[in-house]
Amino acid sequence: MSEHGADQHGVHDLAPGDEELDGSGVAQGLRGYLLGLALAVGLTAASFYFAHSPLVWAPAVATALIVLAIAQMGVHLVFFLHITTGPDNTNNVLALAFGVLIVFLIMAGSLWIMANLSHHTPGMDQLMRMQR
Amino acid sequence: MLGKLSWAALPLDQPIPMIASGVVALAILGVLAFVTFKGWVPYLWREWITSVDHKRIGVMYIVLALVMLIRGFADAIMMRSQQAVAFHGAGYLAPEHYNQIFSAHGTIMIFFGAMPFIIGLMNFVVPLQLGDRDVAFPTLNSVSFWLTATGALLVNISLVIGEFARTGWLPYPPLSELKYSPGVGVDYYLWAIQISGVGTLLTGVNFVTTILKMRAPGMGYLRMPMFCWTALAANLLIVAAFPILTATLAMLSLDRYLGFHFFTNEGGGNVMMFMNLIWAWGHPEVYILVLPCFGIFSEVISTFSSKPLFGYRSMVAATLFICLVSFTVWLHHFFTMGAGPDVNAVFGIATSVIAVGTGVKIYNWMFTLYGGRIRFTTPMLWSLGFMVTFVIGGMTGVLLAIPPADFVLHNSMFLVAHFHNVIIGGVLFGVFAGYTYWFPKAFGFTLDEGWGKAAFWFTLVGFYVTFIPLYVAGLLGMTRRLQHYDVAGWKPWLTWAAIGTAVTAVGVICQVVQLVVSIRRRDALRDTTGDPWDGRSLEWSTASPPPAFNFAVLPNVEGEEAYWSLKQTAREQNRLREEPAYEDLEAPRNSPTGFVCAFFATVVGFALIWHIWWMAVIGLIGAYATFVVFAWRDTAEYRIPAAEVAKIDRANRSARQDALATYTGPRP
Repeated sequence: MSEHGADQHGVHDLAPGDEELDGSGVAQGLRGYLLGLALAVGLTAASFYFAHSPLVWAPAVATALIVLAIAQMGVHLVFFLHITTGPDNTNNVLALAFGVLIVFLIMAGSLWIMANLSHHTPGMDQLMRMQR
Repeated sequence: MLGKLSWAALPLDQPIPMIASGVVALAILGVLAFVTFKGWVPYLWREWITSVDHKRIGVMYIVLALVMLIRGFADAIMMRSQQAVAFHGAGYLAPEHYNQIFSAHGTIMIFFGAMPFIIGLMNFVVPLQLGDRDVAFPTLNSVSFWLTATGALLVNISLVIGEFARTGWLPYPPLSELKYSPGVGVDYYLWAIQISGVGTLLTGVNFVTTILKMRAPGMGYLRMPMFCWTALAANLLIVAAFPILTATLAMLSLDRYLGFHFFTNEGGGNVMMFMNLIWAWGHPEVYILVLPCFGIFSEVISTFSSKPLFGYRSMVAATLFICLVSFTVWLHHFFTMGAGPDVNAVFGIATSVIAVGTGVKIYNWMFTLYGGRIRFTTPMLWSLGFMVTFVIGGMTGVLLAIPPADFVLHNSMFLVAHFHNVIIGGVLFGVFAGYTYWFPKAFGFTLDEGWGKAAFWFTLVGFYVTFIPLYVAGLLGMTRRLQHYDVAGWKPWLTWAAIGTAVTAVGVICQVVQLVVSIRRRDALRDTTGDPWDGRSLEWSTASPPPAFNFAVLPNVEGEEAYWSLKQTAREQNRLREEPAYEDLEAPRNSPTGFVCAFFATVVGFALIWHIWWMAVIGLIGAYATFVVFAWRDTAEYRIPAAEVAKIDRANRSARQDALATYTGPRP
């Protein structure tokens, strides 16, 4: 029952990547970072390898790279930024969601605005071409 | 050795700036000499300059804001009087000087008047309302303040040494590029805003953390006072929007310093990208300013109507709605830039939709007033004046949100009148309401009501007499930022606007007199209980001024309006709660980190403006060394013994006991 008791005190109730905040877990924290580093390096190496590997069907290489990139983002979020599914992490997840939303609004909005603008106000070189 | 700096930087040939800066310099030296002579320097250094107490920092923010508001108002007087006399003539201000004045007016009012005032009120009030002992990062808070002060200092140095930008409050390229603005004016703008922008961003981080993580036991999100909600929304906007400003101005700096081509006309640059990015920050910025004011009005109207805020949850929803939608409207600042009807329509509709959130709030405040026992105190007058004025400003705003109408009114005096209508009627009235409302909490005595009401009426009337004529001038086709003009039809309206500015000036004087009179009469105006307005949130549950630790024991929140329910229980049972068991408390130690950091930031900013590279390097090394010294500190906190805590808290309890014994109002 000792395991159950420990759970109740929350000592071992950690989601992957969560930090222990009681200050005793330096070695454990280091282990988390090293695991993250190994995964990140592994995923990077895999990307370089699959780009020219006979193991992946050539037209699917792009898809494979995207999958590896998304996995890479996940590793960074979990092991380095400590965004987890743990109970105390709601704020971080919401902050990330807010940030992603704002970045999306600004980038998509800027691209749309500037593309529309250059469509409606052609530059001098385009005007010259139209006159020809 | 000294880069571009030489004796030619002093405006010896221009009498107006020379005399003005001479007088200001003499006044500053006089104050410094007086303070030194009186032997107040050690006290100021120990208790204020190095303080990391959120209440002290809040007060310093507001002092900075008040000084800068007066500085910006001096610019306003010059502009209004120039336009009143410059019909068929040159007026009394040279064009290049006039251009600096309107640029400095906008920059100072937004970045160093309104922003510090709002941030100062949040600093003072939010931890008290949440039942906290301090903000999440107290020393960082001090750094934020002193970096803001650095920015204000740099802008004001430009008055004496060199020149300020002539490009308007947002330095639109290509005018702000090196080719068309070769002087140091734009560089003053860039480094002042960059340095104070870092301070603002740190404030945002600090307050988001404080509000999300440091609430008193039992204070769930939906038990937070409205001001804390609006502060949370404003700080989320700061965290999301200020990096855009920093990045945009950094790109302009790269253009000017290192020959990049982000916003130039040649070399593949795109001028319009600057408008796009600066307004992606600029529109959220206006909500950063006005949302906390909505919170202030909510607190004030609820307190002085003696009623809970009507529709609290819809108010929270409206605040978060505005927080989000404020990021989807920025194109309405440049409808005329050349985008197609589809883009303009989307942003026009989004702009109209955001007014719905504000409309919800206006109705909530009206229903809070409805059926309440209303007390017409000064903060309440500012709030009622706001409701009327802001609705007018909001409606002209929705008018400007219609792209075809905006094509006619863009950059006209109508626009100038509109944004002054919402910023004065919304933000300025809001901070003045907050200033008179929380002043007794900060200093232990209320502000004089007579002078306060006079200040309100003169400011309100002055506002309308100034800006309604400017609406008309705009409809008559007058564009903004004119140094002189030849249209006879505008002349009477601009004369009225100048008269209105004179009336507003009387309001400003009343405000200053109010402060002086109140300090002199402080014994008669003393707030002994800490609850002068019969308040409803936790800041009124502690003494005025609050002790360094704010609360002797952390309050336990058991519903909305945390303090009101406690007070009602006390009135019902005719006794205070049991005396709590006092314990030793820990409080953060004062630190000169912020001041020293800002000193080096000033050195770096000044050096970069004048291209004195060795000095910039020294400043950067100094700033980094300050950070390292702070990081290596041994003791971060000091201990307040339980006996001391008990002594302070018992004094307040006995004052409250007396107040309860003589209480004659309604009991639950």
